[in-house]
Amino acid sequence: MATFKDFRNDVKPNWCPGCGDFSVQAAIQRAAANVGLQPENLAVVSGIGCSGRISGYINSYGFHGIHGRSLPIAQGVKMANRDLTVIASGGDGDGFAIGMGHTIHAIRRNIDVTYIVMDNQIYGLTKGQTSPRSAAGFKTKSTPAGSIEQAISPMEMALTVGATFVAQSFSTDLKDLTALIEAGINHKGFSLINVFSPCVTYNKVNTYDWFKENLTKLSDIEGYDPHNREAAMQTLMKHKGLVTGLIYQNTEQKSYQELVHGYKETPLTQADLELDQNYFDKLVAEFM
Amino acid sequence: MIKQLSWKVGGQQGEGIESTGEIFAIALNRLGYYLYGYRHFSSRIKGGHTNNKIRVSTTEVRSISDDLDILVAFDQETIDVNYKELHSKGLILADAKFGPTKPEDTEASLFVVPFTEIATELGTSLMKNMVAIGATAAVLDLDIQVFEEVVREIFGKKGDQVVAKNMDAIKAGFDNMKDKLGQGVEPMHLEKADGKHRMFMIGNDAIALGAIAGGCRFMAAYPITPASEIMEYLIKKLPALGGTVIQTEDEIAAATMAIGANYAGVRTITASAGPGLSLKMEAIGLAGMTEVPLVIVDTQRGGPSTGLPTKQEQSDLMAMIYGTHGEIPKIVMAPSTVEEAFYDTAEAFNLAEEYQVPVIILSDLQLSLGKQTVEPLNVDNVEIRRGKLLSGDLPEIEAKGYFKRYEVTEDGVSPRVIPGMKNGIHHVTGVEHAETGKPSESAANRLAQMDKRMRKLENIRFNTPVYKNAKHEEADVLFVGFNSTRGVIEEAMGRLENDGLKVNHAHIRLIHPFPTDEVLPLIQSAKKVVVLENNATGQLANIIKMNVGHADKIVKHVKYDGNPFLPHEVYTKAKELF
Repeated sequence: MATFKDFRNDVKPNWCPGCGDFSVQAAIQRAAANVGLQPENLAVVSGIGCSGRISGYINSYGFHGIHGRSLPIAQGVKMANRDLTVIASGGDGDGFAIGMGHTIHAIRRNIDVTYIVMDNQIYGLTKGQTSPRSAAGFKTKSTPAGSIEQAISPMEMALTVGATFVAQSFSTDLKDLTALIEAGINHKGFSLINVFSPCVTYNKVNTYDWFKENLTKLSDIEGYDPHNREAAMQTLMKHKGLVTGLIYQNTEQKSYQELVHGYKETPLTQADLELDQNYFDKLVAEFM
Repeated sequence: MIKQLSWKVGGQQGEGIESTGEIFAIALNRLGYYLYGYRHFSSRIKGGHTNNKIRVSTTEVRSISDDLDILVAFDQETIDVNYKELHSKGLILADAKFGPTKPEDTEASLFVVPFTEIATELGTSLMKNMVAIGATAAVLDLDIQVFEEVVREIFGKKGDQVVAKNMDAIKAGFDNMKDKLGQGVEPMHLEKADGKHRMFMIGNDAIALGAIAGGCRFMAAYPITPASEIMEYLIKKLPALGGTVIQTEDEIAAATMAIGANYAGVRTITASAGPGLSLKMEAIGLAGMTEVPLVIVDTQRGGPSTGLPTKQEQSDLMAMIYGTHGEIPKIVMAPSTVEEAFYDTAEAFNLAEEYQVPVIILSDLQLSLGKQTVEPLNVDNVEIRRGKLLSGDLPEIEAKGYFKRYEVTEDGVSPRVIPGMKNGIHHVTGVEHAETGKPSESAANRLAQMDKRMRKLENIRFNTPVYKNAKHEEADVLFVGFNSTRGVIEEAMGRLENDGLKVNHAHIRLIHPFPTDEVLPLIQSAKKVVVLENNATGQLANIIKMNVGHADKIVKHVKYDGNPFLPHEVYTKAKELF
C-alpha cells in the first residue's frame, strides 16, 4: 500500500511561503494514498499559473500543459486509459477565464475526472491582475480604480450546467479537503472542487482571516442535503457562494464512459492496432 | 463513340442536386468507369446555386474537364452560370417548369424536359431528379437497369413501392428524352468500361479509413467544412474497435484532448480546416515541446478568416510549416491522390510515434471532397511502428527518481513510456525541461534539449517524399505542385508532350522538412520550373526558392478565385513560356 509519502517527490515548490497551494498539494497526496492508488496509476494534469505547477510537485504521472487547457488534456488521458485516476488542476484564471469554455463542457460531458481549482481571486504568477473571481471594486494592477465587472460564481454555474459533483473547500481545512478529494475521485463522473487558496502576496483582501470570518461550513447547516439541487442553489445564493463542503452530488447520472457506445471495460490503450482483414474488406465494400 | 463525358447537374441547394449526381455516379462507377467529381456549393443549407460536375471516363482521370457535354438544369441560374462550359455539340437538359431559355452566344442545344411534371404525375415532384437521370441515360444510350441497384440501396428502406416509383420516374425521363433524340441530335454513345469494381470515395473517406488502418482509435474534433466527413465516418466505425469520437466544445479542446489521449498511449487524430488550425497552433507547439505524437489533418479551403469556406485553395502551407510560436520539429505531408491520402494517413501515425512530433496531413478541398474512383487499397501495405515506445517491465528507478523521458540521445528521440507504467513516472511540461521533464532554465540544458528536439527530423525516413514522373534527363518544363493539382498537371503534361515539349512532373508529398535533395536535380535539369498552386502569393514556389534556389527558373502559376485549375489553363500558361 502506498502512503502519502510515496506521492512526494524531491522538487521544491516555487510558491511563496504561506501560499494556500501547499495544503492543496498535501491534500491530493493524502487523498491519493487514502483511496489506495499507486503513484503510477495517477495522472495529474495542470494548467498555467502558480497553481499549475502542482503536477510537477506530486510523485505521479504529471502533465503541465498550456493555459486554460488542463481539462481537455485530462479528458483525453482518461478516455485513452480508463484505469487511470485523473486529476486536473489549476487556478481560477485558468478554469474560469481562459478555460471557462472547457470547464462548462467538461462538467456537462461528465467524464470521470476530478478537477481541483485553486481559487485565490487574483492572477499571481503575472504579479497581481484581476481575475474573474475578483469581487467588484477589487483594486489590482489591471483595475487600478477597482474592478467594474461582476465576479463569477463557479458553484452556481456548475449546478446550472448539469454538474454531478460540486464541492468547495478552504486550503487550511486539510482534513475536510482531503475527504472531498477522495469523494471526488470515487465519484463516477466529473467532480469539481473549488478550493479557496489565498494568495499571500497579491491579494490583501481575501486573506486567511477574511475567509475564516466569511465562510460557512455546510455541515453546520442543519438538514443540508447535498442531493437536493434546488436547495443547493438557494444555499449558495444565500451565502454568496461562501460555503465549504459537498454542495451537490448526483449519483444517478451515468458517467460519459458508461454511456459511450462500444467503449470497452479494458483501457483503449490495450486495443489492437492491427486491422482485421475481414473488417477492412467490409469497410472497403461500402465504397463500391 | 466517346471515351469520356463531362456531365453537370445544377439547381438550388437543398433540391437534391447532390443525390442526383450521387446516384448517376455510383451506377457508372459500378459499370467500371473512372469518375472524378467536383461539387460547387455554398456555406448554407437551403438556397443558392449548387452544382455537381462529374467526369466519366474509360481511363483514369484525376481532374475536372475543361468543357462540358451535358448540363442538367433545374433552374435558369444553372444555365446562366454554367452554359459557357458547354462545347458546341453540348446539350442542356432543362426542366420545363421554369421556362428555360438558351443564351444567344452558345451553339449548344437546349432540350426542355418536363422533369417536375412527369415526377408529379408519378406521385411526387421530389422524383424530378430521377426523371433527369433517366433523360441523361437516354442521351448516353445506357440501359436504365444499371440504376436499379443503386436506387434500391438508397430507397429500399422506404419499401418496394418507393423503389418501383423511382425506377418508373427514371424510365419516364428516359422515354421522354428518347423521343426527342434523333431530331437533329445524336445520342452520345459512351464506350463500354472494363466492368471492374473499384471504390468511389472522397479524400476525407480515405483519410478516415487510413486512420483506422493506421491504428487510430480515438478522435477529438470540432465540425468544420471541409473536414467534418472525417469525424462523421470515424464515429460510425470506431465503436466496433472499442474507440470513439468526441465532438469537443471548440478547436482548442479538440487538439488538446487529442494530445492527452496520445500522451496516454492511444493513437488519436484531430482534423480541421484553416480557422481551426489557427486555433490549434498553441496546442501544436505544446505537442512539439512535450514530444507527444499528434496527427492533425488540415483540409485547406479559401482563406483568410472565414474566406471562401466551400471553395478550393491551398494557402495554409506557410502557416502549417511555421505556425506556432517558437521552434519545434514538425512533419507536414501532402498526399496528392485519394489513394495516397489513405496510406499517408496511416503512415502519419507511425511517423508521429517514431519521431514523437506533431504530424500535419495537408489536404485541400478538392482532394477532401471531390468524389472519385479509387484503385484498390491494400491494408497489408500498412504497418504499425511505434518507435521508442517501451513496453513490459521497466528497470527500477531510484526512490524519488524520475524516468528520463527526455533523455538526450544521438538521434534526438528519447525512450517513451505511458501513464500507468511502473518505474516510468516523469513530468511533462511545455516549460523548457531537463531529461526527467522537470523544469529547467539553465542555458546548457536549453541548448541540449533544443538541439535534441531539432535533431529528430534531420534524417527523416519518409517513403516517397516526392511523386515523380520525370522521364526526361533534360526537360523544357518541370511542373511542381502538391495535393489535388496532380491530375490537372498530368493532363496538361500530355497535351504539351503532344506539342513536342519535354515535360517532367514533381508533386511534393513531404512539404516539411523539405526534400531538397530529391527536388534539386529535377530543377537543375529543367529549363523552366512552373510551380502550380491555389494561393495568391506562390507559397510553394517561395519554399522551393528558399530551400533549393534557382529562383530565376521558377515561374509561379497561381489561381485563387476559389476554383480548381482546369487543364487548358495549365497548358496555356506553360505554352506561353516558349
